[in-house]
Amino acid sequence: MTTVEKFLKKPIFSLIFSVLLGFLVSSIILVITGYSVPDVLQSLFEGVFSRPRHMANVIIKSTPIILTGVSIALAFKAGLFNMGAEGQFILGSVAALITGSILDLPPVLQVLAIIVSGIIAGALLGALTGFLKSKFGAHEVITGIMFNWMALHFSNFIVNLKEFHKPNSASTFPIKSSGFTGIRSNLGFLKDTSFSDILKTEVNLGIIIAVIVAIFMSIVINKTKKGYEICAIGLNEKAAESAGMNVFKNIIQVMTVSGGISGLAAALMVTGISPHSVSASTNFENNGFNGLAVALIASNSPIGCIFSGLFFGGLLYGGRSVQADVGTPSEIINIIIGVIIFFVAIAKIFPLVVSKFSKKNCEENHA
Amino acid sequence: MSLETQISPKYAVQMRGILKSFGAKKVLSEFNIDIKKGTVHALLGENGAGKSTLMNILYGLHRADCGKIFLNGKATNIRSPADAIKNKIGMVHQHFMLIDKFTVLENVILGNETTNKFGILNIKKARDRILKVSRKHGLNIDLDAKVEDISVGMQQRVEILKALYRDADILIFDEPTAVLSPAEIEDFIRIIRKFILEDKTVIIVTHKLREIMNSADKCTIIRSGINVDTLDITEKTCQKDLAQGMICSFTGSNVKRDKFNPGNVVLRVKNLNTKNEKKVLALKNFSLEVRAGEILGVAGVDGNGQKELVDSITGLLKVESGTIEINGKQIQNTSPRNVLDNKVSIIHEDRSKVGLILDYTVAENSVITKYRSANFSKHGILKRKSIRSFAKNLIEKYNIKPNNCANIPARNLSGGNQQKLAIAREISNEPDLLIAVQPTRGLDIGAVEHVHNVLIEERSKGRAILLISLEIDEILQISDTVCVIYNGCNLGEFDRNAADGKKVTNKKKSDKRTLDEKETISKKESDKTTPDEKETINKKESDKRILDEKEIGFLMMGGRKNDYSRKIS
Repeated sequence: MTTVEKFLKKPIFSLIFSVLLGFLVSSIILVITGYSVPDVLQSLFEGVFSRPRHMANVIIKSTPIILTGVSIALAFKAGLFNMGAEGQFILGSVAALITGSILDLPPVLQVLAIIVSGIIAGALLGALTGFLKSKFGAHEVITGIMFNWMALHFSNFIVNLKEFHKPNSASTFPIKSSGFTGIRSNLGFLKDTSFSDILKTEVNLGIIIAVIVAIFMSIVINKTKKGYEICAIGLNEKAAESAGMNVFKNIIQVMTVSGGISGLAAALMVTGISPHSVSASTNFENNGFNGLAVALIASNSPIGCIFSGLFFGGLLYGGRSVQADVGTPSEIINIIIGVIIFFVAIAKIFPLVVSKFSKKNCEENHA
Repeated sequence: MSLETQISPKYAVQMRGILKSFGAKKVLSEFNIDIKKGTVHALLGENGAGKSTLMNILYGLHRADCGKIFLNGKATNIRSPADAIKNKIGMVHQHFMLIDKFTVLENVILGNETTNKFGILNIKKARDRILKVSRKHGLNIDLDAKVEDISVGMQQRVEILKALYRDADILIFDEPTAVLSPAEIEDFIRIIRKFILEDKTVIIVTHKLREIMNSADKCTIIRSGINVDTLDITEKTCQKDLAQGMICSFTGSNVKRDKFNPGNVVLRVKNLNTKNEKKVLALKNFSLEVRAGEILGVAGVDGNGQKELVDSITGLLKVESGTIEINGKQIQNTSPRNVLDNKVSIIHEDRSKVGLILDYTVAENSVITKYRSANFSKHGILKRKSIRSFAKNLIEKYNIKPNNCANIPARNLSGGNQQKLAIAREISNEPDLLIAVQPTRGLDIGAVEHVHNVLIEERSKGRAILLISLEIDEILQISDTVCVIYNGCNLGEFDRNAADGKKVTNKKKSDKRTLDEKETISKKESDKTTPDEKETINKKESDKRILDEKEIGFLMMGGRKNDYSRKIS
């Protein structure tokens, strides 16, 4: 095998190739719909990279989906498809809201209390999903979808309680300001530098926690006994059980942690980003569902989720400026995202294609 | 023999020089068979003898590497089941090919639907035809019942109806009675006897002697892909003759073994009752004992409770009643983990599904039952380095190929090497009890011998080994004691050493070495054992019968105990 072939068979190449293919196919769609491809790409690029402010916003936008991505990646290692991440996220944000509104502790403690409550709420829902799965064999995708809707309507119910509801709006009052994790005021030194426009954004501590969680989960999966068990169960449940691993317990544990991470994502969003409140909605905000895409692009590597989360966040954020600058409908950016995910999902065929071509070459050389 | 028979229209099926190998394994070699029109012809042979392959070739599911098939005296080329159906051959598989959610009628017409010219189903016409066929052959069945709602016996009738609906004149049944209750078996035999009256030909693939005696006109015995003999089944034919033909007389093992010197009982299974997945009792008052330094082989045809026995011992299946003791400690209905902790290791039947995690590397697989030990993890963190060096040791010691495979996924190893890995891992646990389930399934001869040697070696180290295999030769070759499992019952144990002794005296011409060996064993045994122990041993020995491969074969196929001894005397 030549070095070129070796490189072509690497997963990272498949990933890059699928992203490029995604852009290519999207370009064709843009051309058909009559938009200028260079304009769209330029606007997308500038929307993300032209100013420090934009980059900071991408990071802020990416924080929750990095975490939901890690949550889903972890569950997937145990062979579970945590479709319920959305619901766990919603429940986490409701818990964060309630804690943040009712409690009034000093700043650091307040933040900790909110985060812990968010984690617990998400973890409980995750644990329930895991329990139903291991005890009764209820498929986690089905129960997850149902819990998503239950969480959404529960959230709407809480939002409309008069204790929380902000009159003449669709949302609640914000949580007490001692629970905010914004660090803008600490970044005063940036004022006279070229990064000063970062101060216009809501920089917060969330991304640091997200990165720490991703790295920690990566260590758990790759280096620990627990991770070994989880992956064994995900790859071959029967073999794991015969080897004396407790599948029942592990499934519940994994779902609990996975739910907790989704809840954490929600708590970080409530504490970090204005309006620091929860809105009533008839539909999902997709923080959990986008996490599915993030985990998929990262092929379930927690560390990979950091990068794919940023990539995804960049597309979402940059897509807005495309909409503003070029006037494309917002669906176009969703199509680009969809096409990229499609190609990532079938990325496994690229190594096969490469070997087929190289085989052909071999035969031709011999002939 | 059959070669001399001329190709003639008198015969429904004649196969000549059929050769078939899967990979390097020869399944059928130069196989000839003649099946007369209007007879029930049984094919008898143990697992893997080649009988199913032969029928699959006739039905076009497999293609022979070589050889010819003649139907009614005409050379016919059967490339696919569609060809077979065109030539009026029908086959009822052991596992029915029915769609559970469809009605009987829908299943029968599936693939051969009666339609009008617009492609619309003409159910009424189909129904009339099916009713006609079923009435003619006495196959009463509710055409509108869903297949999932009817009994297994009825499902078989649907399969038969399917074949008849396609005008089959030659009907092949693969293990037709394996899933039927005794009453259903009688019905089945009645139905096939009826076909003969209409000049149809029935071929039954089976390893149950009793049914052959009751239903067949002729019986061909197949052993390792060779047509051993074709017998007429008359009232005079006795089951023993058939069993005798089926089992090759074993020529003694070519594996070196130490003398048999059993120690304490390691595994004691007592009055075990266990239900299988379908909630039917699969083990009935099953008892057995395995002693240290003993290989106990459990002989039996597949599906007689072997799987449930293993799953009960390993803790994967709940036991209804009875006890399982390891070194005197009860372990039934605990967790697999607890069983492993009691020094039991299992070489699983299915290495790819249960034994190994194919996507894990060889190193990761090598510790799958012992990653919890302090050698391989500390404070919850895996010690990758020691795992790798441990794996490298196993690879070297058990000659797993390729040599540098510690970090590649187990999936990339060949089947034989995967099995070596699974066995090496379990043996490295240094268990008190080693359970080997079909340890040589799918391996080539070299690998088989390697596995047998390893098992014998472990026996010499004083481990108790429970060997469960469908291959009688394997069991006869390496076990010290053999028990026969049939229909969930233990039909008795056979002692190899007693057999050796008997052979020595009977044949009178055995070589000196074995004689000497025998003497030294008996001397040493009498030296070691105290009078008390001696008595218990003697008592035990008296329960056990002499190892007789033919009797084992006879029992495996469902022959009655008393029938056999009567015929011997």
